[in-house]
Amino acid sequence: MVERKTLGITPSQTVGPFFHYCLTPAGYPYQAAVDAAIAGAGAAIEIVGAVLDGDGAPVGDAMLEFWQADAAGRYAGADAGLPANAPFRGFARVATDAGGVFRLQTVRPGAAGASAPHIAVSVLGRGLLNRLYTRVYFAGEAANATDPVLALVPAERRSTLIATQEASGQWRFDIRLQGEGETVFFAV
Amino acid sequence: MTDIYPVASLAAHAPSLSPGYRSTQKRAPLLPPIAIQAGASELSGPMLGHDASRPGDDDLTKTDDGKEAQGERIVVSGRVLDEDGRPVPDTLVEIWQANAAGRYIHAVDQHPAPLDPHFYGAGRVATDAQGRYRFTTIRPGAYPWRNHANAWRPAHIHFSLFGRSFLQRLVTQMYFPGDPLHALDPIMGSVPDAAARARMVARFDIDTTMPEWALGYVWDIVLRGRAATPMESGSHG
Repeated sequence: MVERKTLGITPSQTVGPFFHYCLTPAGYPYQAAVDAAIAGAGAAIEIVGAVLDGDGAPVGDAMLEFWQADAAGRYAGADAGLPANAPFRGFARVATDAGGVFRLQTVRPGAAGASAPHIAVSVLGRGLLNRLYTRVYFAGEAANATDPVLALVPAERRSTLIATQEASGQWRFDIRLQGEGETVFFAV
Repeated sequence: MTDIYPVASLAAHAPSLSPGYRSTQKRAPLLPPIAIQAGASELSGPMLGHDASRPGDDDLTKTDDGKEAQGERIVVSGRVLDEDGRPVPDTLVEIWQANAAGRYIHAVDQHPAPLDPHFYGAGRVATDAQGRYRFTTIRPGAYPWRNHANAWRPAHIHFSLFGRSFLQRLVTQMYFPGDPLHALDPIMGSVPDAAARARMVARFDIDTTMPEWALGYVWDIVLRGRAATPMESGSHG
């Protein structure tokens, strides 16, 4: 590769504990810029989980962002499969409640390319200097066996990336930031 | 052509476990992240732009009824660029901050400083075709926090940016020049490299300053770069 002269990037800093009134303003008199749920054609699902710290204590001030393909495996956005005026946006932002619990209403994503269906997740919060990146996969998907990202994860840790079905349309996905059962996070 | 996001520049970020910032101690993952190749999930991203803000959302100094906030009026302006120097146009910038007394409107903020009924402290705007953004706001106050004895956060404005893909997402904080609290702040100090820390500090700019109205600061924000190369493979640069 040719030598590349670059500007230094701006470092990340924590979102802090006081983001809600701007970024996820439920309960505040502000109009959100970002949806709190993902709407679209396909099977409506809800993913519920808790964000837990290294002591297993709930993280009550985390913010999660979700990015996914539509039910046919197409992403919104430029050059990503869906036309610019398509109604599907594929992005949502939610905060955890005081008990560390989040809820995402969305549609079950389809497979894009060689990947098994999944939802990309950013975890931000007080104490997180950098956004953490993980993925939600779905238990019972045959394509999980051949997903190129899951293949990079040691078998004994893969379950941290796979949501379990609790009822029809109802999925569970906990995020353990640290310690026993620590969720797999990705660098990319 | 393949979009490649080099990872070398990520060394500018803080280590996730930065014990001086106490909240990292039980929240930072202890296992290293697993490196993956960027795929469709990461090379796409929400294209939040002009539709996500309304006229006036870039001026935090007035409430909807036209009443004015207290404190030192400032303009904060700059460009959003990628690390190759290309402007990032039409992308949403969200900001939030404490008021002039160092108090957030957030329900959990218990700092016994006055709330300002005419200052909410949140704003947003999309960058223009040249990647420029501009906010009019109030200079935030420093405030105490309980990280360690006599801990004070330097005055700062929180910034949230999307860029053009999931990989360019950035949440950071802008600081003000000349603040003696910088050297004492474990959040700013979590960034190990002094030059990288300096990139979080705005500069005072007399040309941005509006006569008889507001002091001006300039702060450019640099996101990860898409080094579009003619390489055939998707290998990392």
